[in-house]
Amino acid sequence: MANIPILRLEGYVIVSIQDDLSDQEAEDLQKRLLESLAVRTAHGVLIDVSGLEIVDSYFCRILRDTAAMAQLMGVGTCVTGLAPAVAVTLTELGLDLSMVHTEGNLDRGLEWLRGRD
Amino acid sequence: MPEIIIATNDDAAIVTSRGAVRELARSVGFGTVDQTKLATAVSEIVRNVVLYAKRGQVLFTICESNAGTRGIEVIIEDEGPGIQDLEIVLDGGYSTSGGFGRGISGARALVDEFNLESEPGQGTRVEMRKWL
Repeated sequence: MANIPILRLEGYVIVSIQDDLSDQEAEDLQKRLLESLAVRTAHGVLIDVSGLEIVDSYFCRILRDTAAMAQLMGVGTCVTGLAPAVAVTLTELGLDLSMVHTEGNLDRGLEWLRGRD
Repeated sequence: MPEIIIATNDDAAIVTSRGAVRELARSVGFGTVDQTKLATAVSEIVRNVVLYAKRGQVLFTICESNAGTRGIEVIIEDEGPGIQDLEIVLDGGYSTSGGFGRGISGARALVDEFNLESEPGQGTRVEMRKWL
């Protein structure tokens, strides 16, 4: 669980989070992801969270910060596959993820990133 | 009454607690949205214990209301520093950890009953209930 693969496909960096992560694991992933952007230029980052059953305020902040940091490095980020129950919960928690671009699934996310090139 | 006791002394306890309450909620018959809400509320409160109190305990029980409705009661207790500005914290937007400041106020919004008692220097006790 701790070593989530960071994949590269056609210049896009793709991460798929399938398991619940501890705060430390989420932070490590964020760090590795940003480091991978520094090593080789990327056209965009895709973070798929369709396997996640819980996104709390901490993980929400990790997602938001990661997108903001990647943006500072000139790379756009798309988060895909937020489960309906997660979307409901985030809204009731009063958490705003609107500064991060989201799409329903990986295909749509990739399409959106391609359109930005 | 099933009970799960977890010593919260590291951030793995956050994952364990939210996983355990989700499992219990599922077994009681809560739908996906309510399972997620309850698990997220537990995640927020247990994180506070890990961040500020370092250790404490989480207790889950299946309970029943006076009207006979089943539900889940979660009690999270610690012997940490307590909360100084309780009213501000309950309103949300107040953070000393660099977070969103939505942990406690957010958790309150996600459950049906929420009760927080805190004595500076003594500790904090949070009681949450969600009904089917």
